[in-house]
Amino acid sequence: MPKGVLVFAEVSDGKLSGIAAELLGCGRGLAAELGGDLTAVLVGSNVAGLAQSVIAAGADRVFVADDPLLADYATDSYVSVIEKVVKQAGPSVVLLGQTSIGRDLAPRLAFRLGTAATMDCVALAIDPATKRLMPTKPVYGGNARAVFACETEPQVATVRAKVMSPITPDPARHGEIVSVAASLEPAAVRTKLVQKVKEELKGVKLEEATVVVSGGRGIGGPEGFKELEELAKVLRGAVGASRPACDSAWIADTQQVGLTGKVVTPDLYIAVAISGSSQHMAGCSGAKVIVAVNKDPEANIFKEARYGIVGDWKKVLPAFTAKLKELLAQ
Amino acid sequence: MIVCCKQVLDPEAPPATFKVDPATNKVVPPQGVPPVISPFDEQAVEAALRIKDAKGGKITIISLGTGLLRDVVKKPLSMGADDLVLLEDPAFADGDGWSTAYALAMAIKKVGKFDLIFCGRQAADWDGGQVGSAIAEILGLPAVTVARKVEVLDGKARVERVAADGYDVIEVGLPALITVSNELGAARYPTIKGIMGAKRKEPIVWKPADLGVDPAQVGAAGRRTKLAKLFQPVREAKCELVAADTPEEAAVKLALKLREVKAL
Repeated sequence: MPKGVLVFAEVSDGKLSGIAAELLGCGRGLAAELGGDLTAVLVGSNVAGLAQSVIAAGADRVFVADDPLLADYATDSYVSVIEKVVKQAGPSVVLLGQTSIGRDLAPRLAFRLGTAATMDCVALAIDPATKRLMPTKPVYGGNARAVFACETEPQVATVRAKVMSPITPDPARHGEIVSVAASLEPAAVRTKLVQKVKEELKGVKLEEATVVVSGGRGIGGPEGFKELEELAKVLRGAVGASRPACDSAWIADTQQVGLTGKVVTPDLYIAVAISGSSQHMAGCSGAKVIVAVNKDPEANIFKEARYGIVGDWKKVLPAFTAKLKELLAQ
Repeated sequence: MIVCCKQVLDPEAPPATFKVDPATNKVVPPQGVPPVISPFDEQAVEAALRIKDAKGGKITIISLGTGLLRDVVKKPLSMGADDLVLLEDPAFADGDGWSTAYALAMAIKKVGKFDLIFCGRQAADWDGGQVGSAIAEILGLPAVTVARKVEVLDGKARVERVAADGYDVIEVGLPALITVSNELGAARYPTIKGIMGAKRKEPIVWKPADLGVDPAQVGAAGRRTKLAKLFQPVREAKCELVAADTPEEAAVKLALKLREVKAL
């Protein structure tokens, strides 16, 4: 009978990713409720050295598939290796991050295993009576939330970044490390990564910024984003955007905040000329304080924001930036 | 080429019109807001049309659902697609990613020869983002998901896949399945000629028996995940509006307010 929880411990830039630590933190609680242990799977090239950090973050056991052929993510190779680990570990629940890798990997892995996945979850509960996972996910672009129950094993879910809390890493924690042979046939990998192109803006990374200044459709053009950059610079923050602004190519697509863009959780989120669609709010509703500037008093953003000004951003922003500069210089 | 297109409630409808009936766990369609093709699916049609523009070929659209409005589901035809197949039967309705993909995959098999299958990255209603991967798995095809550009060169597809910090360029042999993201760019508008052509074209309608599938494997009956509850998150309306005689004065007041509440 399937037992316990398995977490895909995603690696980014040679380190255990933030989402992996969050999943391990949440997986510990779920495993305790299910009366099983917490297993992780580490996949990549030269990743074996990270196994102890996965244990420190909460895993009881880590399967490590370390192979040069796994250096770059490919659906076929990762699905094949993780399928093998799932069959060996026999978990009841499999968790992945809702990242560019996770959203590709999770459904394919689930269907290969004869089960199904619930994507982009923001809460995971165990039904006390049935001991089944009850994942909650935003649907209809964030207008509603749905709670699902998966009727097949294992129950696969991806989890949105920054909704779960990692545990404080304990380097002294003990765990078991199991090495897995990838045994990949290069021909079985049907996609080939030709090139990785970086497009991100310079400066503070959007996902890590404590202040985010975002612009929307009402900004009207790329010039307006220069003014937002000015404000972001004063606040040592990053510039973000809603989808319409990215679709109009006023700013790089990598700066999109929202359901299909990035999820940010800054201390301060300043939404300028953004209507506040549910799709956009899905990416920023975790901010501690949301401030809105919009000329439409009926804009949805005022239902989400803590502070706001109803007015033309072109008039508000220069004075706002100047005053903040003065305040922060004191 | 085959493109899967879903009819959904218009995601651009004002959030205030969005209502859930808690008794049935269903969304109440807003009055006077007609459904649309899910925007990512329209962009999947655009991706296929760009390849047709460059290399020629034929595009078949498949839409699954009930209550499919002909004016809505014919839009891809008016944009330039060639044929429309509807999987329209109550047995197909209310599926999850898996059971919906199963019906679509069987329909794709029945359509026959193809080089590329396109889907939107996720539908604007359930935001599942699984149907493309499931079709590929059922048909044993490679898939590249969340594409921002697709070209066909020397019998291969060259796909730019959206990544967190840019994009990856991926090559995949044909046939393959590709899911399309908004970074691809806006879908083209239908032309007058296209609209006239689409009016005359009758869609092909297939039922479960036409696909040779057991109704228990598709739609609600074939689900692997069950919907336990659908609800609207409660919003706390508590925005403090900062007002003054001029926008500039309001801006200064807001800056002071943010410092006062230690938000800086």
